[in-house]
Amino acid sequence: MSTFIQLALFLGALILLTPVLGKYMKQVISGENHILTPVLGWLERSIYRVCGIDPQEDMNWKKYLASLLWFNFFGFVIVFALQLTQAWLPFNPAKVPNTSWHLALNTAISFVTNTNWQSYSGESTMSYLTQMAALGVQNFLSAATGLAVLIALMKGLIKNTKQQLGNFWVDLTRSVIYILLPLSIVFALILVGQGVVQTFSSYTDTTTLEGVKQVIPLGPAASQIAIKQLGTNGGGFFGVNSAHPFENPTPFSNFLEMLAILLIPAALTYTYGLFIGSKKQGWTLFGAMLIILCVGLGVSLYAEYAANPALHIAGSMEGKETRFGIVNSIIWSTSTTVASNGSVNAMHDSLSPLAGLVAMFNMMLGEVVFGGVGSGLYGMIAFVILTVFIAGLMVGRTPEYLGKKIESFEVRMALIAVLAPAVCILAFTAIAVSAHAGLAGLNNKGPHGLSEILYAFTSACANNGSAFAGLTTNTPFYNVLLSICMLVGRFGVIIPMMAIAGSMAGKKVTPVSSGTFHTDNGMFLILLIGVIIIVGGLTFFPALSLGPILEHLLMQAGMTF
Amino acid sequence: MSTQDKTSSQLFNRKLIVPALKDAVVKLHPAKLIQNPIIFIVGLGAVLTTGIVVANLFAGHFSSFDFQITVWLWFTVLFANFSEAIAEGRGKAQAETLKKSRTQTKARRMKGDKEEVVWATELTRGNLVVCETGDVIPADGDVIEGIASVDESAITGESAPVIRESGGDRCAVTGGTKVLSDKIIIKVTSEPGDTFLDRMIALVEGAKRKKTPNEIALNNLLLGLTAIFLIAVITLPSLFNYNLAGQQSTLSLTILVALLVCLIPTTIGGLLSAIGISGMDRLLQKNVIATSGKAVEAAGDVDVLMLDKTGTITLGNRMATDFIPADTISQEALADAAQLASLADETPEGRSVVILAKEKFHLRERHIHESDMTFVPFTAQSRMSGVDIRLPNGKIRSIRKGATDAIRKFVQNNNGFFPQSVSDKVVELSGQGATPLVVADGDQVLGVIHLKDIVKGGIKHRFAQLRAMGIKTVMVTGDNPLTAAAIAAEAGVDDFIAEAKPEDKLSRIRQEQANGHLVGMIGDGTNDAPALAQADIGIAMNSGTQAAREAGNMVDLDSNPTKLIEVVETGKQLLMTRGSLTTFSIANDVSKYFAIIPAIAAGLYAGANGQGVLSALNIMHLATPQSAILSAVIFNALIIVLLIPLALKGVKYRPLSSNRILAKNLLVYGLGGLVVPFIGIKLIDIVLQLLHCV
Repeated sequence: MSTFIQLALFLGALILLTPVLGKYMKQVISGENHILTPVLGWLERSIYRVCGIDPQEDMNWKKYLASLLWFNFFGFVIVFALQLTQAWLPFNPAKVPNTSWHLALNTAISFVTNTNWQSYSGESTMSYLTQMAALGVQNFLSAATGLAVLIALMKGLIKNTKQQLGNFWVDLTRSVIYILLPLSIVFALILVGQGVVQTFSSYTDTTTLEGVKQVIPLGPAASQIAIKQLGTNGGGFFGVNSAHPFENPTPFSNFLEMLAILLIPAALTYTYGLFIGSKKQGWTLFGAMLIILCVGLGVSLYAEYAANPALHIAGSMEGKETRFGIVNSIIWSTSTTVASNGSVNAMHDSLSPLAGLVAMFNMMLGEVVFGGVGSGLYGMIAFVILTVFIAGLMVGRTPEYLGKKIESFEVRMALIAVLAPAVCILAFTAIAVSAHAGLAGLNNKGPHGLSEILYAFTSACANNGSAFAGLTTNTPFYNVLLSICMLVGRFGVIIPMMAIAGSMAGKKVTPVSSGTFHTDNGMFLILLIGVIIIVGGLTFFPALSLGPILEHLLMQAGMTF
Repeated sequence: MSTQDKTSSQLFNRKLIVPALKDAVVKLHPAKLIQNPIIFIVGLGAVLTTGIVVANLFAGHFSSFDFQITVWLWFTVLFANFSEAIAEGRGKAQAETLKKSRTQTKARRMKGDKEEVVWATELTRGNLVVCETGDVIPADGDVIEGIASVDESAITGESAPVIRESGGDRCAVTGGTKVLSDKIIIKVTSEPGDTFLDRMIALVEGAKRKKTPNEIALNNLLLGLTAIFLIAVITLPSLFNYNLAGQQSTLSLTILVALLVCLIPTTIGGLLSAIGISGMDRLLQKNVIATSGKAVEAAGDVDVLMLDKTGTITLGNRMATDFIPADTISQEALADAAQLASLADETPEGRSVVILAKEKFHLRERHIHESDMTFVPFTAQSRMSGVDIRLPNGKIRSIRKGATDAIRKFVQNNNGFFPQSVSDKVVELSGQGATPLVVADGDQVLGVIHLKDIVKGGIKHRFAQLRAMGIKTVMVTGDNPLTAAAIAAEAGVDDFIAEAKPEDKLSRIRQEQANGHLVGMIGDGTNDAPALAQADIGIAMNSGTQAAREAGNMVDLDSNPTKLIEVVETGKQLLMTRGSLTTFSIANDVSKYFAIIPAIAAGLYAGANGQGVLSALNIMHLATPQSAILSAVIFNALIIVLLIPLALKGVKYRPLSSNRILAKNLLVYGLGGLVVPFIGIKLIDIVLQLLHCV
């Protein structure tokens, strides 16, 4: 019973907050006056002045994309360089050394692509300066980049025959100072109130009850945790992420942190509906996402509560924090994997095989169920375009979305966006299980080992960043391969989606009639889910059969790994 | 072509099947096969497994399983080829008849005042040729002098001769047709080898078939899916071997090829071009020739139809529907006078008056001595017609019918007066969109004939269906706004353009297009040409001018304006067929995974009975792994053949709103696509077991 109450509270809060935040973000994005304009308007204007940005400049999709890519590239260079020089720079009380080149590469790409895959443990590898100036900053900027792509795409989809999509710098600036920054400040303050640490003092030493000396790492955690949750980043301040009591001390902080994972991506569906002039379209997408989320939650909870025949206990607590229990661990694991967040409050390696499968499957779908900030929705729109194309033909007209015709180019681009990460996951998993270097870091044998490798590449390609753990990835082999995955998973989607934004921008809008294929009703919702599962998910059926499904069936037969 | 209808209405007959089977084999040529990349991949797979079978034979062992998979893979390719061949075959049969009329003819070319006899192929644009009774018209052209009746049955299949005359909208003649009477001079408008007939043959044969935009987009989708399935299959062995942990792999190349072929969308891939060809073919059955597949596709998108009132919405002419007598006059007396006044009136309106009087009052055409009757024809000055009858008493009885003003003048000249009640009636009838015709006998006004445009039976229902499909109808007419509005209301069109000039049509089309609509129209005259060219679908009537035929992207051989609606329906049906079969094909994959994955992984962690835990995924309870894989491959091949009739006929089409169409198709092809293969594969598995194939 308490399971359902907790679930209902969580989903209820999500549904209630969606229109509130969604409406506000619509005002921000379209440059209307809103509640924070009087407070922070000067900041926006002075940023433009200082950086020499002409906010009136209207960019076509190529210019917009080029600005975005350059911006991300410079972000990468800074994060990369800071890691390689942190030993000589200030704010390093724990005296951590410079990182290896491949870890720096992996981490830089990881944070720029909003993945926050961590091949390292934060407290023992990164200085406070790296955490804040490199990783913390990218937590904001990578999320804002995702938002900017979505904004450009929305501008391309609305009734508008001009080719321009707005200004990247303006969209980026507004996303940061009006959406991400205020939300994280408020959230960080609440977290501090709940006991999350926020300090620049060095690690402290204590003696435990057993008389062992223990170093207790500290640091400016609350501020980073706020944005890591809100910005679907997920890169923890501490190695064990939100399972750490300094990151996530109380059930209330846990509830808020879980909510924060899905908050912005969910609210963006409402923003989208408002922006394109049909709230129903937004709610339809929200509905499709919610249904997949709930099915995933249901399967995972069932799997966790079901008895493990090998152990004769129902409801395994292995790898879970007793503070949170099974339900909250599962809500988190499901939310964090649907939402491209990747933070964890329990060890996914210890999830039952089917719950692990759900987590993996969520990411394999391309993080479109709520998904990352911005990226979830633009990924979803790729699926919408494919659905419209496949099913739209069935009503006897050239398929159109929001009145704009879906033609060869859009289909091609949407396919690239959907399939590029999938190709990467399968190809690299195959390489890793065939290569000595790939198997070297593996802790477990059998199908569970396969799941660990598959999970790592899936997480990277989906820009999720959560780890199954049980696999040592801080090796040149994994660091480089995962870097490539993260790049493909991010820009392999952004570039085609920007191209779609550009080609849709110039198209004429066909007025709605009774012959129009509707994309805002229950039937479309079912179709969309069908296409997401069959096109996005079915490809992984063989791989999943040989990993988690096999493990589950073996577990039923009394064999564990 | 009407004779053709009967034979080709049967989808399959031996005349078509035998050549199509031959063609299916010819199309195995790699250069031809690669035009359909998905089937090409199946072909590559078949070559690969054939190689394995042959290599094994040389090594001295024979695997019945490999052999059977190979055979069915080849069948998959052949079935796909066959579907295309049979679709093309139907066109070819029609092309043959057309070719017969292209036999070498001689032409009488005019050179100054003299004539010379040359081969038709020597004629070039601008030449003048003379054709007389019995001559075959040597090339496409416009009649510049004379009038003739022409037999166009070679092209239209319609045996009744048509009139072709210089000037006006009936001046175009087509090479290969035959002059039945009189003499005409024709100005050639086509180059040799590029006549209307030549192009028609090429189109019908599908020789110039280009992939349509929507087909290209769909192909992209299918190729993308193929690519990802290719990766899924290629990576499978390494994931599989990982779990084996050193055991002997049971995953053979043949099995991988089988899995790949089952997963890639071969069903829609194999049928795609057949669907496209048969779409044009179905138009041809309706005697409409599209200049490209693109046009057929665009027809499905049209959401505004511009329809000429005359001939499309109304029967060609106004008809008398009522006699309304003046006070003190009986209706019968009015009918009698009206009939007398119309006896010599050969216009359709005049004839309708005679017929109405006959029907209503059984008034027969009287036999008054012709010498006693003097007919007064209609002239533009008098604006009335009628008859003067010499009565036995020597007096002359003058009966006239005509426009109100003209009759008013006529009775006043005869010292009569025009009654107010008749005046009122005239105004009332005009208000209803009808044309009142007043009848007078000497100084007395007898009453009014109610002449009315007759809206075609069933057209209102048709427009309602179009509206349900989201298509707006716009009536174009030269009538005044009042008349136009009345007819528009009666026929149920959404909008009308009254007192339309050709340029009004053009500007209306542009305006609709600017608002994002796609416009379809049908036209025949030279002044329709710009509008035909501007419209997204322009259907020229075959009876129309050369200019109109050049401007449109379809030609209606029957010259029937109502065709436009059928063309739109055919276009929609084409797109629906494509979408439905794609959905079906993709949905099929679910069951194939459940057939093949447990089969190949069943050996993993196998217990004493040889059944691994993954056998639990074998929800169909297929007998053996081999039988499971073979069943899936066989199903995959057979479903192509089973769907050929659907691809050729198109999915059932009913004019409904998009939501209802979608719900229906989704249920049949989406849900069907999920469920049918589960049943099919299970059945094939049972049969294989009974036959002891594996």
